[in-house]
Amino acid sequence: MTNASLAQASDLAIWASIVVLALAMLAFSVHLAVTGSRRTRRADRTTLEEVPVAAGAGAGAGVAAPTGSAVTSPGPVLAPASDAPAPSRRWGVVGLQLTWLGTFLVVGGTVLRGMSVARAPLGNMYEFALFTASFALVVYSAWSLRKDRLWLGAFVVVPVLLILGAAKLWWYTEASQLMPALDNIWLVIHVTIATLSIALFLLGAAVATAYLLRDTAQRKGRVQGWLAALPEAVKLERITYGVHIVAFPLWTFAVMSGAVWAEQAWGRYWGWDPKETWSFVIWVVYAAYLHARATSGWTTRKATWVAIAGFACIVVNYTVVNLLMTGLHSYSGVAN
Amino acid sequence: MTTDQQSRERIEASYPKDRTTLGGPRLGPVGWARWAWRQLTSMRTALALLLLLAVAAIPGSIFPQRGVDPVRVRQYFDDDPGLARWLDRLGMFEVYSSPWFASIYLLLMISLVGCVLPRMRQHLRAVRAQPPRTPARLGRLPVHRRVVLDAAPDDVVAAARAQLASRRFRLREEPDGALVVAAEKGFAKETGNLLFHLALLGIIVSVAVGHLFGWRGEIIIKEGESWTSGAGTFDTLSLGPLVDESDLPAFTVELNDLDVQFEAQAEGAQFGQPRVFRGVATIEDDGTERQVDFGVNAPLSIDGTSMFLLGNGYAPVVTVRDPEGEILFSDAVTFLPQDNTYGSDGVIKVPGADPGLGFAGGFLPTLDISEAGMTSSFPGLVDPALVLTAYEGELFPEGRSQSVFSIPTETLDQVMQDDGQPSRMLLRPGDTLEIPGDRGTIELETVIRWGGMLVRHDPGRLPALLFAGTALVGLVLMLGVRRRRVFVRVHPGAGDPADPGSRHTGLSVAALPKGTDPGLDDVVDGLVDRIAEAVGGRVVQTDRASDADVARDDARDKDEV
Ligand code: HEM
Repeated sequence: MTNASLAQASDLAIWASIVVLALAMLAFSVHLAVTGSRRTRRADRTTLEEVPVAAGAGAGAGVAAPTGSAVTSPGPVLAPASDAPAPSRRWGVVGLQLTWLGTFLVVGGTVLRGMSVARAPLGNMYEFALFTASFALVVYSAWSLRKDRLWLGAFVVVPVLLILGAAKLWWYTEASQLMPALDNIWLVIHVTIATLSIALFLLGAAVATAYLLRDTAQRKGRVQGWLAALPEAVKLERITYGVHIVAFPLWTFAVMSGAVWAEQAWGRYWGWDPKETWSFVIWVVYAAYLHARATSGWTTRKATWVAIAGFACIVVNYTVVNLLMTGLHSYSGVAN
Repeated sequence: MTTDQQSRERIEASYPKDRTTLGGPRLGPVGWARWAWRQLTSMRTALALLLLLAVAAIPGSIFPQRGVDPVRVRQYFDDDPGLARWLDRLGMFEVYSSPWFASIYLLLMISLVGCVLPRMRQHLRAVRAQPPRTPARLGRLPVHRRVVLDAAPDDVVAAARAQLASRRFRLREEPDGALVVAAEKGFAKETGNLLFHLALLGIIVSVAVGHLFGWRGEIIIKEGESWTSGAGTFDTLSLGPLVDESDLPAFTVELNDLDVQFEAQAEGAQFGQPRVFRGVATIEDDGTERQVDFGVNAPLSIDGTSMFLLGNGYAPVVTVRDPEGEILFSDAVTFLPQDNTYGSDGVIKVPGADPGLGFAGGFLPTLDISEAGMTSSFPGLVDPALVLTAYEGELFPEGRSQSVFSIPTETLDQVMQDDGQPSRMLLRPGDTLEIPGDRGTIELETVIRWGGMLVRHDPGRLPALLFAGTALVGLVLMLGVRRRRVFVRVHPGAGDPADPGSRHTGLSVAALPKGTDPGLDDVVDGLVDRIAEAVGGRVVQTDRASDADVARDDARDKDEV
């Protein structure tokens, strides 16, 4: 039975999280802009200072290219001590703290939603969206505790805000009980892993976007503005791959557990229902990404585009397939 | 720094990833065949086929598929016959059994076999082989460190071997006194890769087995009704190409009770959504009888088949009497739900009347009368009503089979009321109404439910599950395990050429990854630290291999050979 006041508290928490995350997005953007412009300036300054010296010493062995090579040091890039207090990091940290607060609110809202209906909140599109947003934020927050990921903040918070906004505006479903086909332990297993891997693919796509932007700038030799605040392209590419090789087996498991559940509920493990078809398409596209990356003759840039295409398929699966295509998976709960 | 492209090619130089470069034309038919085979089994072709497979699967989600939703396919033909015929010619209504879709995945399978077999052979050889000899120039490997230790060279070599062995590296056997260590680990990565790709083949084969040897039948069973399986007793039955009707098992199922509930509390889109589908059945097979619960997500398992509850609906129990009060017909009649509120359509045929009587109409579980007419406002039985119109005439025109859900209105005349309007009767449970024109009475006694059951036998189901599990294990190994080679070289008396007797022993550690391996630097750093710690020697000097060292490595290498 549903508890109305808990459901209301959940709604409030989600609205609050949207406000907090919007602020976090602003802070992260300022962080990128400030850090980027500082690094660009520093690179320029280094060029200005060092070129005469190099010329004087007759050893002009490409000491300081104006491309931001001054910041290629690995690991977290902290503002150098020589410059006064580091305003760039401060904005990023504010963004991160706001994100932690937002994470707390989204997870809290999701848990309250689950408590209000006394079941795992995985029964309709609104609840899937909350779960995905929760996972993306939790993974990002945990990650940023271990590594410096301030530069990634904006890339994560923006899509999460889009998900939450769309969930609130278009996919909102009143708290209620499950339809019988969903009332199953496989629901919890299948949908939890699916939303977790979608959240990871989202992070992967976020880093992949950062990589493609940064790489383009590096190729043109113009790493300026906020792009200078991102790590080196090579490093970004490696992180992209690292995220995807975690997400891909999880998605594989999600598809397989979905098949087990379909076997129990509908009497066949695979029936080319639109949702199943798109899950398969997503799986194949990401397998192609992993292949592309290992295929000589394919640049990592091109391979990364395949990963982006995979995420585009996830978006289609989440929106077009849920809302427009008729199939057995009509659980969106959205009235039409 | 690990440079991906280089290192990936180096660690398995003997296996050309891009085998297209190997074939040469101008070789005659055999040469061409070999060239084509290499093209097909190249990684680039596999990639192209994968992308093609993804694209090819999409139309099946856009156009209705015959195997899934034949009604919508027919609708498509009605709406736009020209377009539909073209789409049909392209296989758009049967994408997943169309020749072009099959050709993509068959090519992929062939490519997979052609790819996996040589790799298996190679992997077997690699597993049995020793790690390769330490290369001449460690400084050229993607990761390398060099330190000078205050320790005896033999101790350093022993410590290096011990450290690597404790990290489960396999060590190359070296002659006594050798100053090099070659180690390798991570074969599970390739094992996982092969396992994964082979398991994919296994899944496809299992699906094919299920298709060839499996069958499925559908049957509607009413509450209290008993049904015995057999080729002729299903409403619909489709057998796999290699299944004979005589293979079907014989068992009996009695549907004792069906419990269906709907959401009555929540509002909006959730109102009226189903909440409970549950039943109790008595099963009799091989002379034994048992009573079991079943439901959505909880199929019955009978004699190698599974029985699933896929649908449900209402069956009004109707009794028709002639004007004398003799019972002409008395049975529960299946009505098929047409929408989410279970407004249902059905017909009642009374051949015992003379002339034959037929009734067509709707059953509304919760009657709602508005200007739009009579509809159902809720799928549960709140205010059930049966709305019928009567027909009279030839019920079963000869030589034509007909569905139990329709009557042949062309050979029947609608029964008119006294006021000249078509007959129209509204019955609630317990009501008895006169059929206009003194044709007797019709009574709605009560309403029971029916369950739409799917009986399915799929011998490929379990193998597919096992192969899927294997594929998952393989995948985790392939992506999770790191394949690494580590080489160690000890340089006695290095660091102070002026004093050859000193214990300034040089230690070079280098590593070669396969693929992306950001953790490799840490591995090498850790090794250097632990070796230094183990020999109790203080690090005198830390350095990345310089050109001078490399030159000395070269010189020493010649000595060793
Ligand atoms: C049924 C379609 C296939 C699927 C779903 C599939 C999937 C995968 C996946 C997910 C990987 C992991 C990539 C990685 O290590 O990062 C992989 C690796 C690999 N696949 Fe496939 N594969 C398929 C067909 C093929 C075929 C036909 C070939 C042979 C031409 C092939 C050759 C390889 C090779 C050589 C690797 C190792 C790549 C490396 O060295 O990292 N695969 N495959």
